[in-house]
Formats: sequence, structure tokens, C-alpha cells
Amino acid sequence: MSIDNQVFLQNVIIGLTVGGYLALIALGYTMVYGIIELINFAHGDLFAFGFFISLTIFAKINPDIPLHGANLYLLLPGVAILTMLLTGSLNLAIDQIAYRPLRKAPRLAPLLTAVGVSFMLEAIYAIWKGPSQVPYPRYFPKEDYINNEKVISFFSKLGLDITTWRIVSFTTKDLFLFSVTIPLVIALTLFIDRTRVGKAMRACAQDREAAMMMGINVNRIIATTFFTGGALAGVAGMVWGLYINSGRFTMGFEAGLMAFTSAVLGGIGNIRGAVLGAFIIGMIKAMSDSYIGSEWTRVVIFGILILMLVFRPSGILGSTQSIEKL
Amino acid sequence: MIETMSETKTALLELNNIHSYYGNIHALKGISMQIFEGEIVTLIGSNGAGKSTTIRTISGVMHPREGTILLEGQPIQHFPAHSLVSKGISQSPEGRRIFPRLSVRDNLAMGAYKRNDRKAIRQDIDRVYGLFPRLKERAKQYGGTLSGGEQQMLAIGRALMARPRLLLLDEPSMGLAPVLVEQIFEIIVRINKEEGTTILLVEQNALMALEVARRGYVLQTGNVVLHDNADTLMHNEMVRRVYLGEE
Ligand SMILES: Nc1ncnc2c1ncn2[C@@H]1O[C@H](COP(=O)(O)OP(=O)(O)OP(=O)(O)O)[C@@H](O)[C@H]1O
Ligand SMILES: [Mg+2]
Repeated sequence: MSIDNQVFLQNVIIGLTVGGYLALIALGYTMVYGIIELINFAHGDLFAFGFFISLTIFAKINPDIPLHGANLYLLLPGVAILTMLLTGSLNLAIDQIAYRPLRKAPRLAPLLTAVGVSFMLEAIYAIWKGPSQVPYPRYFPKEDYINNEKVISFFSKLGLDITTWRIVSFTTKDLFLFSVTIPLVIALTLFIDRTRVGKAMRACAQDREAAMMMGINVNRIIATTFFTGGALAGVAGMVWGLYINSGRFTMGFEAGLMAFTSAVLGGIGNIRGAVLGAFIIGMIKAMSDSYIGSEWTRVVIFGILILMLVFRPSGILGSTQSIEKL
Repeated sequence: MIETMSETKTALLELNNIHSYYGNIHALKGISMQIFEGEIVTLIGSNGAGKSTTIRTISGVMHPREGTILLEGQPIQHFPAHSLVSKGISQSPEGRRIFPRLSVRDNLAMGAYKRNDRKAIRQDIDRVYGLFPRLKERAKQYGGTLSGGEQQMLAIGRALMARPRLLLLDEPSMGLAPVLVEQIFEIIVRINKEEGTTILLVEQNALMALEVARRGYVLQTGNVVLHDNADTLMHNEMVRRVYLGEE
């Protein structure tokens, strides 16, 4: 394979990894927007919380690095579940304390509150973990599949000599990221589509009063939405920590903005749209980083956000409630 | 006849001196009414009289500022709307309020949200399809893509899915072709006869409503101005003039 093609293939892999974790964050944005029409600007900071809290849990347990054996197959999922529960609970608590009293207020009030919550969370992280870059130990074992004997022989049977793919790498970490993010995205989509509670969430999003008339406890459904969105952002933060091995108290802002752009791109309030948008943004980020220069990536992404808001505010797949209403 | 009933039985639903407001707008100005088990009671009145507000107040979507609502003697006026569904009150609201991006079937399933008897829910969905075959043809379609009349059928079917003891119907014949209006009224009578469901029926079509109802209340700018047996109301001069459009 030519060097150019290898670079491109590598960018596709990066795009998919970024898209995967962005999708987990974007889902929380879009779910909350769908149900209470709030752009939850603090949502990205839940991602950062997942990063920091999982780091703290690991540090307390202090397992051998990298994880192996039972630690890899039991401890890691255990920490992931705990991270999800804690981050989900934090999001739930934020809603109850900060947004719920404003449920009937003009829409600008909870929006500004969300911005305030975001500042507050970031200040807390800065005090808790310090203002500089925080290393996340390399708990997850890294091994490149492109150098793996079995993989090489598998591909050679297909007539591909991957030993010449010097630029491409696909590691156990990439596989780990995919195997967490993609099943969760699918599980959430099925949950919203098929289950009774998922349908009740959609019913509340479409007509809150009619939902009440059906016997749906709307407050409980909103709480469930915040919990679920928080849990997904939390696990995204943990997986991202294990993947990239460093982060900072402001990391949620950046990730949040990209995830928000993804949600708008796909059509905010639209679950499938958020996933599609996240993978498109992930891909654009990877390509822009590589072909245009990473210093331009934000310009490209927010340029897309602006163009989208101007020319097609309802997004690619169509927003449930158009963002124009803001 | 009314007198003897109210003496011997407690009403299924009783409103005592209900005052409801929208902000400063005083929409219900001390309404009292009784609905007995197994009855069809109709609420008639011109636009803005407070019929829908009465329905909304009973179902807990809004709460009265004054007065009590008793369900079999138990005060429910402070209950949140969602909790009244499991107490046996469901409704087909004004404007239908179908979930536009849920399928017809899922709309029906939402009507049974509080129930856990999956098998019986499936049977009830089939029963609704039996009442409204058109809904069966449209089962997988989004609720929002139905015609107005179909949505009205769906709203009634969805309310039935809760297996209510008291069914509140706010203008179920609204926007329907005359043939369909006949059908809807037949179905209302059937639900009442076959299931013994008590029904409070709000209608613009006062004549038909009085034909199917046992008793009626006439509402005027937030007050009950008249209540009696449906037959008597049908022959009442004021009712004939104002609500049945006779000169
Ligand atoms: N959301 C609202 N905000 C303010 N006032 C309202 C609201 N809804 C109803 N009203 C007022 O309350 C009064 C009663 O309205 P209601 O909807 O109960 O009338 P109705 O008898 O159902 O009329 P219609 O036959 O037109 O449906 C009216 O004067 C109406 O203007
Ligand atoms: Mg009305």
C-alpha cells in the first residue's frame, strides 16, 4: 500500500476512535435537549469527571501496570461501571439542584445556569487535580496488531502483506475503545427505540403534558435521562483517559464543544443524528489534523457548526425540535 | 331519580366548589358536579365556557386553587396527573395530543404505560384495533402522519388502553366527518355498556351528546348554570335555543 493510502487508513482509524467517544458525549447532549430543550453546556465537564473519578478509583486500588489477568477482565469493567454510576449520579444531582427549579423559567435561565455549572465544575477539578496536565497511567496494555504474528499470517492468506504498512497502527487500545463505545452506542439506541422507558422518554420529548396524561412520571423520566447521559459521558472520560493517558481540568470544554457540534450536525434531539454527527466530526478532526494542520482543526469544526446553524439548523437527519426555537 | 342515587351511593367522582385559574384568568368559578359509576355524563357549553378546563382539573394536569375533587370519597385535587392514571382516570384530551413521532402502536402502548400485564395489553391493543380497524392498517406509521379523524380514533383508543374506570373525552367528534361522528358515538356507548366504563363527555355536538348521556351539566363562563337528566335538558328551552341552535 502506498504511503498516502497508509496515512489515509491511519486517519480513518483515528477518526473512528474520536467519533466513538464523541458519540457517547453527544448522546447525552441530544437526549437532554430532546427532553427539556436545554443545551447543557456543563455536559462536557461530566466527561472530564469520568476521567478524574476513574483515575482516583484506580489510584486507590493501585493495580499493577499494565492491567492483566483478573484485573483486566474484572477490575476494569468494575471501575467502568462504578464510574458510570458516579458520573450519572452527579449529572442527576446537578439537574435536581440547578435546572429543575428553573423548569418553567424562560429558556435562557437554565442555559446560563448550565454555563455557570460548567465553570464551577472546572474550578473544582482544578482544585482537586491541579491546574496542569494530569497523567493517566497506562493501565491498558498496548500491543500493535499490525506487528502480531497471527494477524500478519491472517492477512497474508488474504494476499496482503501488512508488514509493509509501517505507518499504520491498530493497537489493543484502539480495539478496546471501539469495543466499549460502539456497543454502548448501539445499546442506548436500542434502549430508546424499544424499551418502555425509552419510549416514555420520547413521549416526554414530544409532548410533556400528554405524557403526564398517560401516567408517565415526567420528573422521573427527566432524571433518568440526565443519569443515562451522565453515565455515558463518564465512561467516555474513563476510556479516553485509558486511551490518551493524559487530561486537564478544561478537557471537558473542548470535548463538549465537539460533541455539541456533532449533535447539531446530526440534528439535535435526534439520537441517530448524534451518533452520525460524532463520527463525521471525528473523521473531519482526524483528516484536518493530518492534512490541514491541527492548529486549524477548531476553525474547521466550528466553521462547520456555524454553516450548519445558518443553512440547515435542523441538522442532517433532522432535529426533533429545531434549534431555531432558541 | 338523580336525587335517589345521590342519597344512596357515593359518587365515583365529585367536584365541590372548584375554582381554577390560568394565571389571573378565573376559568372555573366554583363548579360542583357528581358522576356516578356506570354513567355517561355530558358537559356542554359554548366556546370558552370552561369545559376543557374542567377536564384538565379533574385529570390533575392543572390544580384548582379552591375546592375539592373526590374520587370515591378520597380527595385527589392535589395529586399529580401521572398518579391519577393508576387510580383509574384516563382521557382523550382536547386537540388529541398524539405523540407525533411514535408509531400508532407505540402511542397505544403509552396509554398502557402504568400497566404491567403484557399479555392483556396486547389483547387490549387488538381490541382497540377491533374498534378502529383503520388504526390496525396504520399500526407502524408515525402518529403524526395520521389524518385528523384517525388521530381522534387513536386518542380515544390510547385512553382506553389504561383500562380506565372513568374515561374523560374532550370533544371526541371534533373534526370528524358526519358518518364518523355517528360511529364514534356508537363506540362511546359500547365502551360504556360492555365495559361498564364511566364516561364524562365534553361535546360541541350537544344534541348527540344528550342522546347518549344519562345526565348533563351546562357550563357558562365558568359556572354550572343547569344540570339535569339528559332527556329533560334536551327539552329545556334555553338549551334548545343556545346549544341546539333552535330559533
Ligand atoms: N392556557 C390558557 N391560558 C389562559 N387562559 C386560558 C388557557 N386555556 C384556557 N383559557 C381560558 O379559560 C377559559 C376556559 O377555557 P376552556 O378551554 O376550558 O374552554 P372550553 O369550554 O373547553 O372551550 P372550547 O369549546 O372552545 O374548547 C377561556 O376563557 C379561555 O380563554
Ligand atoms: Mg375545550
